[in-house]
Amino acid sequence: MWQSMILNSLEQGLVFGIMALGVYITFKVLNFADLTVDGSFPLGAAMAASLIVSGHSPFLATLAAFIAGGAAGCLTGILNTKAKISDLLSGILTMTSLYSINLRIMGQPNIPLLNQPTVFSLTRDFLIRFFPGFSDKYLYLFSFVILALLTKILLDTFLKTQLGFALRATGDNPQMIRAQGVNIEFAKIFGVALSNAFVGLSGALVAQYQGFADVGLGIGTVVSGLASVIIGEALLGEKPLFITTLGVLLGSFVYRFSISLVLSFRLAQASDLKLLTAIVVIIALTAPQIKKTIKISS
Amino acid sequence: MVILEDLKKTFNPGTPNENNVFKGLSLKINEGDFITVIGGNGAGKSTLLNLIAGVFPVDSGRIILDDNDITHLPEHKRAAFIGRVFQDPMLGTSPSMTIEENLSLAYSRAKNISLRWGLNLYKQKLFKQHLSKIPLGLESRLKTKVKLLSGGQRQALTLVMATMKKPRLLLLDEHTAALDPKTAIMVNNLTEDIVYKNKITTIMVTHNLEHAIKMGNRLIMMHQGQIVMDIKGEEKSTMTIPRLLNKFEQTQGEKFANDRVMLA
Ligand SMILES: Nc1ncnc2c1ncn2[C@@H]1O[C@H](COP(=O)(O)OP(=O)(O)OP(=O)(O)O)[C@@H](O)[C@H]1O
Ligand SMILES: [Mg+2]
Repeated sequence: MWQSMILNSLEQGLVFGIMALGVYITFKVLNFADLTVDGSFPLGAAMAASLIVSGHSPFLATLAAFIAGGAAGCLTGILNTKAKISDLLSGILTMTSLYSINLRIMGQPNIPLLNQPTVFSLTRDFLIRFFPGFSDKYLYLFSFVILALLTKILLDTFLKTQLGFALRATGDNPQMIRAQGVNIEFAKIFGVALSNAFVGLSGALVAQYQGFADVGLGIGTVVSGLASVIIGEALLGEKPLFITTLGVLLGSFVYRFSISLVLSFRLAQASDLKLLTAIVVIIALTAPQIKKTIKISS
Repeated sequence: MVILEDLKKTFNPGTPNENNVFKGLSLKINEGDFITVIGGNGAGKSTLLNLIAGVFPVDSGRIILDDNDITHLPEHKRAAFIGRVFQDPMLGTSPSMTIEENLSLAYSRAKNISLRWGLNLYKQKLFKQHLSKIPLGLESRLKTKVKLLSGGQRQALTLVMATMKKPRLLLLDEHTAALDPKTAIMVNNLTEDIVYKNKITTIMVTHNLEHAIKMGNRLIMMHQGQIVMDIKGEEKSTMTIPRLLNKFEQTQGEKFANDRVMLA
């Protein structure tokens, strides 16, 4: 039981970790509270599923989900910088619109992907040709390790470029970055777009992994992503960037593992999970303040 | 050369908080001028710098820099030729980024930033060179996060960032006001050093009359959105604090009032 629990948590931790890396970009790097995620995650799933069932290549479908997520993020960024709507509300507006859009894309609330080709079934076919002994058991783990690490490395690399520096400074000190001649509106739109592209990608992979896309897939995504980011931070502390992003993936694993622990020991029902997650995030967000108050008063 | 032509600015027009700060301000800043600006609370010193830097738009009037009309250029574009240091040491740098990452942002200031590396060996060597010119030992701490630096170190770093690529105009808004007296002197010496060595046209707001008199080649006093004194040359170099205050009282018929002004 333990073995399969850990394997499952690793798989989920990694595939949802890609989404958490997106959340890390907005909440931590850009300091932009972006709720688009709850809509762009099912958008990625919807995009991938409907393209796959209509006969397109799963790789193309996954790429399309990445791009669609980016477009959703762009919209939120534009609402915030050009229409001067607050970051929270911009994200909520995009997320709400996406609910209808996702239904349109899917044409129905749920698309099953059973017996459809996915990036994983294609990967398996490919691997089996070269390694006839390749065990199906580790197919997902293998794929997710590669995809999550690729995303992480892509993000690390990006954050070391001039544009990446500008993005980090935009979240840190917008006044300074304007004085340094950076168009902060562009930096914000780009950052939110990149974040949601990761989220869309994660949604597409999750749909193919779970075998279906559903309009309701997105509820609570941003909070679980935030929980992963916070757990990673708590575990690793303040470290160089490439370790922090690794921490996000680690946090995502710990989060998924805790959930399966709670469920398998029947400490809570599946329907309680969103509440539990929210409580974890609340505690994590208030803990530093509480610590401070205790320090001051003692 | 910078020309400010009949600048007008009203904050919150049409509301009970309407505040008509500039009713037509003109100023000609010559190439290489190092102007110190003093004035009472709310005289409009910071607003003047903000208008020049493009933080907010003017209502009317023109701002000309080297024959280019920059009145309607957005702030981030003006940053190509304007360097700034703020009063608050927190404002000039990105605290969670390292010294070298901050310098890299200044290095590519107002260039088209791209997906090229933010840092490379060439830049790191250059940054070391720049930092070794200031006596703080920062050149050996390139990988230190800026939030770990003291206020004075940060202001010095911000000054280096603002001038690394020679700006056409350097705007300093009470950049030593938040520092202890000893650190303030260090940053002021550094300022003079950088400004004179690179012949940078500079406007420095200060509430320290002694600094205002000692530094620069021209002293401007502002009062209620107007330039009420413009002292240069011989008169500037022989100016003293009592004489300055006297002159203000004579021209304005009231005492110079700024609760933060240091007379000594
Ligand atoms: N962004 C703003 N919005 C509204 N009013 C402003 C703004 N900036 C400045 N003001 C007002 O403009 C007037 C001039 O302010 P400014 O900050 O330029 O004064 P100052 O000369 O720098 O004074 P101090 O010595 O206190 O720094 C003040 O009455 C101030 O309240
Ligand atoms: Mg001021």
